[in-house]
Amino acid sequence: MDGTQFMTFHDLAYDAGKTDFQRKAEVIGVGREGELLEVAMGPQHPSTHGVFRMDVVLDGETVVKLKPVFGYLHRNHEKIAENTSYLGSMPYTDRLDYFCSLTNNWAYALAVEKLAGLQVPERAEYIRLITAELTRVLNHTCLAGFLLQDMGALGTPLMYAFREREKILDLFESLTGARMMCNYMRFGGCRCDLPAGWLAEARKVVAEYPKFLDEFDALLSGNEILMARTQGVGKLSAELAINAGITGPMLRASGVDYDLRKVDNYGIYSRYPFRVPLGDHGDVYDRYMIRMLEMRESLKILEPALKDIPEGPVVDPKAKLRGFRPKPGEAYGRIETPKGELGFYLISDGSPNPYRYRVRPPSLINLTILEDMCLGQTVADAVITLGSVDIVLGEVDR
Amino acid sequence: MLGTGILKGMVETAKNFAGSYHDPERLTTVEYPEQRIASKENARQFPFLVHDTEDPMQGLRCVACQICEKECPPQCIYIVKSKDKRADYKGQMQLYPVTFDIDLSVCMSCQICVEVCPFEAIKMDTEFELSNTDRFGGLLVNKHQLAKSNEHYRKIHPTEAAVSDDALAIEVAKAKAKAKADVEAKAKAAADAKAKAEAAAAAAPVGVAATAPVPKPSAPAAAPAAAPAA
Repeated sequence: MDGTQFMTFHDLAYDAGKTDFQRKAEVIGVGREGELLEVAMGPQHPSTHGVFRMDVVLDGETVVKLKPVFGYLHRNHEKIAENTSYLGSMPYTDRLDYFCSLTNNWAYALAVEKLAGLQVPERAEYIRLITAELTRVLNHTCLAGFLLQDMGALGTPLMYAFREREKILDLFESLTGARMMCNYMRFGGCRCDLPAGWLAEARKVVAEYPKFLDEFDALLSGNEILMARTQGVGKLSAELAINAGITGPMLRASGVDYDLRKVDNYGIYSRYPFRVPLGDHGDVYDRYMIRMLEMRESLKILEPALKDIPEGPVVDPKAKLRGFRPKPGEAYGRIETPKGELGFYLISDGSPNPYRYRVRPPSLINLTILEDMCLGQTVADAVITLGSVDIVLGEVDR
Repeated sequence: MLGTGILKGMVETAKNFAGSYHDPERLTTVEYPEQRIASKENARQFPFLVHDTEDPMQGLRCVACQICEKECPPQCIYIVKSKDKRADYKGQMQLYPVTFDIDLSVCMSCQICVEVCPFEAIKMDTEFELSNTDRFGGLLVNKHQLAKSNEHYRKIHPTEAAVSDDALAIEVAKAKAKAKADVEAKAKAAADAKAKAEAAAAAAPVGVAATAPVPKPSAPAAAPAAAPAA
């Protein structure tokens, strides 16, 4: 390893003008060709969570360079949105982060509401809060399962996680009609009111959830193998996390207290007290534990919110479904999705389509510092570091 | 002690394993093709066209306004308007779709066609086993395959269908009231015109009346004939 320089995220940017061959020669160095091995992990590798490729240069089993390659799932989301009506983009936002379609809907609806000056009725605000927090629980449950799967705990944790996820998906299906592609929020409210008996079912699921979390904690959180695998692995310093624009549980695992639910106070989050769990070391174990703790905090919000929900309309009567044309202007709506800050930036020129539509995807931005977290560690650790970033390729590539 | 965490985890797994033999809560899967879970009332899979009469093609509520075609985000609907008109459920003359195709392979089940339809004509079905052996023709669903009765809609989405039926009943009542008002107005107009003509005929000198008001009686004569048609 002597003489090999660790390349960072920032060096890669300076590298941009060089050819692949020049870059490789620099990293490998003269006379080291036989010692380093270049491996393309992906795009169809089971541990990359979708069509994502990591070009890894290895010295033995140690990662000396890692280049994330994405774009395999690019669907032209932003350009399509500029050519469809505002309403027509709503179902496409479901497909960004397909685990959390309801929070995606909310972020987009928030941006359009700012643009058009619509007011969300009280009941709709409650429904949004409830569905968003259920989505957070669902996403973190899945993530815990997948992360353990990446570590080699095949089957059991993932199956336990999916068993619970199913209960929340059932709630979503009876509310929105679809399990994952919900397409539920509308500008100025929600598409339809809660069906009869939905609240009782939701209360039951929320009341039973801590039992599952306890079970999962007993199953894994104290497990010595898990600790050995994750503690001190994939460390991310608070300084680098802030500089790279990391948001969400990853940032908080590095010890930075930044949660848009507290910072922006969007929706009705200010009415419910909840704590923001913070990590200390910024390693994979902290990121796992942060998510376990966040689920409990979400349940703390859900429980009173399901009791307090008032009667009333669910959509602003001023909101128009057909022929919706907001005034010229621009707006940025952002919310704290389970993965981080999801923002939609819209420019309207008064026509039925947005003039510019831009997504700020948390998955993509959290992924950019993958190399800094993985350098000097083994390939197996690179896999779980990627798992702990919590990416969904639908959102990374758009 | 090293290993306690692992043992604790093993106990959880053992509990679940043992529980799966006697606790129905632990059995979370069903044997799909034989056992089925009833679909949720709000479930949406693929749109269908609602018809009211025995003959599906005669009773389609769709008036080929093409709003759904325009609003469909992935543009999977294709409609051709008719040249002639026919009476719809409330007796109003309307266009109808000669062609109404939905591409099953493109549709993303977003329900926006249902939301934007002002005629309660397109709704979402809960049928999900839509695979087909024909890759091109089989996945392009035409209006004959899309047409399903209102009874079917009531069966799969009872709550929604009740709302939709109420809205249509109000429309029909409005149309009936309007037709009735039209008939009365026309009859009144006819009676007025007739009375006027008679008055004019009576008031005017005989010689002049024979020449001037001759075209007038023709209008009242036509009106009673037109009234029942409206």
